[in-house]
Amino acid sequence: MIGQAVALQSDVPFPPEVGDFYLPSIVPWGGLDSLWFTKITALVWVSTALILVFFLLAYRKPKMVPGKAQWMAESAYGFVRNNIGVEMLGAERGVRFAPYLATLLLFIVFNNMWSIVPIAQISPNSHIAFPAFLALISYVLFNYAGIKKFGFRKYMRNSLIPPAPWFVLPILIPIEFFSTFLVRPFSLAVRLFANMFAGHMLLLVFTLGGFAMLQANPALAPFSVLSWLMTIALTLLELLVIFLQAYVFTVLTASYIQGAVAEEH
Amino acid sequence: MDIAAGVSGSLAAIGYGLAAIGPGIGVGLIFASYIQSTARQPESSRMTLPFVWIGFAVVEALALFGIAFGFIWATGS
Repeated sequence: MIGQAVALQSDVPFPPEVGDFYLPSIVPWGGLDSLWFTKITALVWVSTALILVFFLLAYRKPKMVPGKAQWMAESAYGFVRNNIGVEMLGAERGVRFAPYLATLLLFIVFNNMWSIVPIAQISPNSHIAFPAFLALISYVLFNYAGIKKFGFRKYMRNSLIPPAPWFVLPILIPIEFFSTFLVRPFSLAVRLFANMFAGHMLLLVFTLGGFAMLQANPALAPFSVLSWLMTIALTLLELLVIFLQAYVFTVLTASYIQGAVAEEH
Repeated sequence: MDIAAGVSGSLAAIGYGLAAIGPGIGVGLIFASYIQSTARQPESSRMTLPFVWIGFAVVEALALFGIAFGFIWATGS
């Protein structure tokens, strides 16, 4: 990072590009062209390890009156179970799906958080692969829940044929198919990805823009400072987006499950 | 044939500006309705909040597609 900052001062690559997201390999013994282990990979491993260790430690000796760690773990899980699971899916089903929803929320929060943690500064979710796989899991899950409850035939009929006059069905059925089975997983993935991508891009524009202006003309220094102050403000906005997008992803998954297992439209 | 007028620079940026109009209006409407309904019936605020976020996310997705496609097709003809 420090090396990068020094490189910035000498020659600022001003308009940030998509290429800025392809980070170099950080394996010390591997060549630079072996891209299997980059900062992105490392951050995913670290966030997974953090979640695992935190919850294992917090629940090692559960007490009736919770300590600090146990309280944090319980309120994180309790929030997902009560405010998302039970509220959207009903008491019984909500508790049944709560472990998945809580895992999803925490995984996304921890991974998104890297976008504003100093030194890390990039979220793994700004690569489409991670949101795409999370969306795939949710897609399989809500379809599985629906098929398990109704059987394939009835599930398809429930989700594809809305109660409508017969003559609009030729238009409605393709639209329903398109929106339920194609657009849902796609938009779920792209929403998270694009938020993290755009957030990183914004921070890059304002940070590098400050350097670029300073380099173009020293008289522009006040505007550079303004640009860096903007970066701080946008970092706070990112903090909001991190939690909002994790919440939205989880709530949408819950609502898709609810739609799949609902008796009637 | 001579070209009388042309646009140079990033058309993707203009395209994204156009693409953001609709979602901007949509998100505004959603939160306006939420504020209105909460002002009329404050006890309903918790009940309607998940739907606000779902609606917000669904509408906002279009603006985000704009960002992603702006980069994907930035070099296209």
